[in-house]
Amino acid sequence: MNSRMKEFFRILLLVAMGLALGLSVSWFAGESPLRVARVLWHSAFGSPYDFGMTLFYTTPLLLTGLAVALPFRAGLFNIGAEGQLQMGALACAAFAILAPGLPSPVAPILAGLAAFLAGAFWGWIPGWIRARRGGHEVITTIMMNFIAAGVASYLTLYRFRNPDSQNPETAIIAEAFQLKPFAAFGEAPVTWALPFAILLAVLLHLFLARTLPGFAMRATGENERAARFGGMDPGRVRMLTMALAGGIAGLVGIGEVLGNAHRFRLGFSAEYGFTGIAVALVARGSPFGVILSAFLFGALHKGAGDLEMETERMNRDLAMILQAMVLLLATADALFRIHLKSKRKEGES
Amino acid sequence: MMFLTLVFATLRTATPLLFASLGGLLSERSGIIMIGLEGFLLVGAFAGSAGAGLTGSSWVGFLFAGISGLLFAALYGFFAIRLRSNQVVAGTAINLLAMGATPFCSQILYGSTVATPTLPGERLLGAWVTALAISCFFLLHFAWKRLPSFLWLRFAGEHPEALESAGIRVNRVRWSAVLAAGFLAGLGGGTLSLALSSAFTRNMSAGRGFMALAAVILGKWRPIPTFLACLLFAFSEAAQILLQGVILWGTEPVPVQWIQIFPYLLTLVVVGGLVGRSRPPTSLGV
Repeated sequence: MNSRMKEFFRILLLVAMGLALGLSVSWFAGESPLRVARVLWHSAFGSPYDFGMTLFYTTPLLLTGLAVALPFRAGLFNIGAEGQLQMGALACAAFAILAPGLPSPVAPILAGLAAFLAGAFWGWIPGWIRARRGGHEVITTIMMNFIAAGVASYLTLYRFRNPDSQNPETAIIAEAFQLKPFAAFGEAPVTWALPFAILLAVLLHLFLARTLPGFAMRATGENERAARFGGMDPGRVRMLTMALAGGIAGLVGIGEVLGNAHRFRLGFSAEYGFTGIAVALVARGSPFGVILSAFLFGALHKGAGDLEMETERMNRDLAMILQAMVLLLATADALFRIHLKSKRKEGES
Repeated sequence: MMFLTLVFATLRTATPLLFASLGGLLSERSGIIMIGLEGFLLVGAFAGSAGAGLTGSSWVGFLFAGISGLLFAALYGFFAIRLRSNQVVAGTAINLLAMGATPFCSQILYGSTVATPTLPGERLLGAWVTALAISCFFLLHFAWKRLPSFLWLRFAGEHPEALESAGIRVNRVRWSAVLAAGFLAGLGGGTLSLALSSAFTRNMSAGRGFMALAAVILGKWRPIPTFLACLLFAFSEAAQILLQGVILWGTEPVPVQWIQIFPYLLTLVVVGGLVGRSRPPTSLGV
């Protein structure tokens, strides 16, 4: 077994331990963990519709996971996926409202491009500040999240408001822009957005592993000085990485605006940007890993949705506890080494 | 009058930020990245409110807040220091755990994931807590270059090998710093639900932990500049609240969204334009 497979199985084992630990919380609240696990499983995979909803939640988590994983490989910590996806989704809806006459195959593609560009712009700003001014991206991306919330709220309520609705949302987009859900999942809005996101993950994997810009990205993350000696410009790499990541987060707009709500709704995101951090970190920045961890986190999110109805004292917040425990354990490789280490110490003394 | 209102509002708003960034400062200078401040604030806010409700004393609640932060910090320390996990990852997990665990416990204790029962106004903590936070900062400032323990703290972050060869256990210094950080940020959370408002509400930390971390970075990991950075953030937040609905030009008040983003825009400009590069402790996160 090569070392990559070993690492994969090690993470799998740690994830299982994290899930078990998280589930045992329900025992403190007087519920059987096994019963809770059964409810979670049933609610995430019990019917084609449930499975479809799991896939529907997987899609944005896959994109935000990639939007965190990519900068992670370049040595950057993107906490700004939430703001980037807000701007992307809003741009998606705004484009559709401003250009209602476009015909079908072109319309969603251009709207998706608008989503990408808006997110990329939102990611590029912190990238530029980091590269040219030295301001730390952890601060700036958080600030950009708050600013995005304000801008999105303003544009939704004052510029693109739906005149027929009391809810804070934009007008409904034209039919040519709307994506049809796949028939296999009942009412669940699983659209082309999901295969597209998976394809993107595969392309990013190839990009990181096989191309020169991908190599420059990894080199900047792993050893900035060496990258500079190798003739790369780490500042430029950081700027482009953040822009690309922001654009990917912006693509969340495709599944949500074109595929699901057919409008931009304020507050549609169930902390997708924030959960995306966890998705990317469990996967240790690997695009392939992000596909799997996004699916796990999507299943937990969907699964916990029925806890209130099906159990006495559990609620959907258990999903976050489970996700947190998975994340906490997923990097605790040392758990496998403690035993060895203490042995080695004895040997030394 | 307007001026005084603004000053008091700033100090009041600054209180949780001050406590949290004190914690962040200690931990980061010892070499342990402190993304988890947000989580400590949140559990502190919940435990403070729940403790005050259960015991009938807001001061006991305040202590509960600190202790809950300390317990979360112990969990963080176990992974970040003992197991040497990636500190950013472990800190993010702590934040996620706090975001899930607080409404989860609130549901079990009070049957509501949205808020805990409201405390009566006369039981709330007053300006005391703000004074406490400010005096902690000045104590730290005076101890910074004078007490050996703070010298150890800084060495643990800059040059742990040197500290180790001087016979001081680096991990013991780091554990103390992380636990202190949890306790302080927990207290900061307590001020959110016991002084700035009268109950715990869902996700009430609202990014303040990250703001506190931003203040530490903006303050270049030094006490007085960090203190000033907290005041800057708090000032823009306080000004933002006072400016809402005020007509600055024309006939209509400025849309509330433009005023709400003002503090963040200001921070962005300050970080991007004025501060320039800041150098973290050399062994931070290693």
